[in-house]
Amino acid sequence: MERAIHGVFLLLGLITVGCVLLITVYLVISGIPAIRKIGVGRFLFGTVWASTAAEPQYGILPFILTSVYGTAGAIVIGVPIGFFTAVYLAKAASPRVRQVMEGAVSLLSGIPSVVYGLVGMLVLVPGIRRLFGVPDGASLLAAIIVLAVMILPSIIKVSMTALEAVPREYEDASLALGATPVETWFRVSVPAARSGIAAAVVLGVGRAIGEAMAVMMVAGNAPNMPGLFQSVRFLTTAVASEMSYSSGLQQQALFSIALVLFLFIMLINATLNFFLKRNKEG
Amino acid sequence: MKKLISALLVGALMAALLVGCSKTPSTVTTDGSTSMEKVIGALAESYETKTGTSVTYNPTGSGTGIKAVSEGRCDIGLSSRALKSEEEASGLTGTVLAYDGIAIIVHPDNPVEDLDLETIAKIYTGEITNWKDVGGNDAEIVLIGREAGSGTRDGFESITGTKDACKYRQELTSTGDVITTVAQNPDAIGYASLASVKDSVKALKVGGVTPSEQTVKDGSYVVQRPFVLVTQTGKALSDAAQKFFDYALSAEARDTISAAGVVAAN
Repeated sequence: MERAIHGVFLLLGLITVGCVLLITVYLVISGIPAIRKIGVGRFLFGTVWASTAAEPQYGILPFILTSVYGTAGAIVIGVPIGFFTAVYLAKAASPRVRQVMEGAVSLLSGIPSVVYGLVGMLVLVPGIRRLFGVPDGASLLAAIIVLAVMILPSIIKVSMTALEAVPREYEDASLALGATPVETWFRVSVPAARSGIAAAVVLGVGRAIGEAMAVMMVAGNAPNMPGLFQSVRFLTTAVASEMSYSSGLQQQALFSIALVLFLFIMLINATLNFFLKRNKEG
Repeated sequence: MKKLISALLVGALMAALLVGCSKTPSTVTTDGSTSMEKVIGALAESYETKTGTSVTYNPTGSGTGIKAVSEGRCDIGLSSRALKSEEEASGLTGTVLAYDGIAIIVHPDNPVEDLDLETIAKIYTGEITNWKDVGGNDAEIVLIGREAGSGTRDGFESITGTKDACKYRQELTSTGDVITTVAQNPDAIGYASLASVKDSVKALKVGGVTPSEQTVKDGSYVVQRPFVLVTQTGKALSDAAQKFFDYALSAEARDTISAAGVVAAN
């Protein structure tokens, strides 16, 4: 009996591993041909994407840069807000405030991305248009703001966990030596939790770079080189927006974009593992 | 032994799952153009009430639909553009079911009422960038379009002769998105299937002709495209599929097709 259950669990575990392997192998197999046909340089560093033109061009540099800029922008806005919220909730907030705010954060993480997109499309995009006097509000800026809000929950939750794991004695010692609470948080607690906080940021990066739906609804999706008020297309949305009608080399190229995105995500995961491992050791 | 039994059980469960996927012979599967949702939905409903045969529709897009039928994954593929010659050469046949007018839409507050095809082309290629040049307000024109590969985009660009030359500000992935976006931006212009246009936007006249079923049918409204049923050349459809195919092209289905906002071909 024991052995049978063990076997079942192993099988279930293998399903997960099998899915990862299947996806990886499939992406590599279907992503490589287009890259070889187009040429690595022209694919990765080409600045023009015109997949259905008479003479198609498949340059994905605009998408790569947009994804990098968009994610960076979301981090620049989201990390300070998320980090200070986490410090406040973990260290300073009264139990009632904390309960309410933690509930709100959990709710925020549970909102489906299409709802973020919808609100962004109906409120944020017209808002940006009026506020900045640009002809159209669907832009990199709109995407950055939506992404910044979307990554808040992961940053806050993971940072909080890290901050709460700091041994009470460290803080007591600091307070006993005459440091104020604020000094204690930022000089003792935060440094002690830094690898956990770094992991939170990396997690946020992962979430931001992989988001498609919400971004597709607010970014405009024209394959331009990124500019703050330009209509832009991310790596994710490049795949999502053209997949349904694509054929031939265009479709293969979309798989190649997915492969590039996959490599980015793997890189981020490796970074995350690095921080989490260091967290465990330190 | 127990291990073996559990493995067998899991195997049986998986087999049961697979059985659930296989299609029953009395349904007709269609797959393709999202623009054809309304017309296929109406046809499927009336056909189902009439015969009891159910017709499924998978809104994936013209390209995917054509691929699905060539791979035998569905009975009838739906395409909102005429088949390309290479697709016909690969063993597919297209039968025109209906014609769909593409409306050129602007915000209801926009004073512009009428543009000719040439002006529309100039606007979309970026030659005209301000509404005041075509009799509107002094504001930059915001071009809203569909994503590459969309049947509506293909239809619009081939009709206006702006293939690969459109300077889109936004490329959206559905007709609804285009309408919503245009309804929100007073300086936007977009295009969408005539059947889907709502009161939240204003459909422009093209060369003095108001887009309507009448003008699409008599050909005086020039921005229009075919809705095509795609089948494999020389390969007989299943009995149920052939009957539905015949029904869709019959005079009987004409009213249903018109009610869906497009013009029946037969």
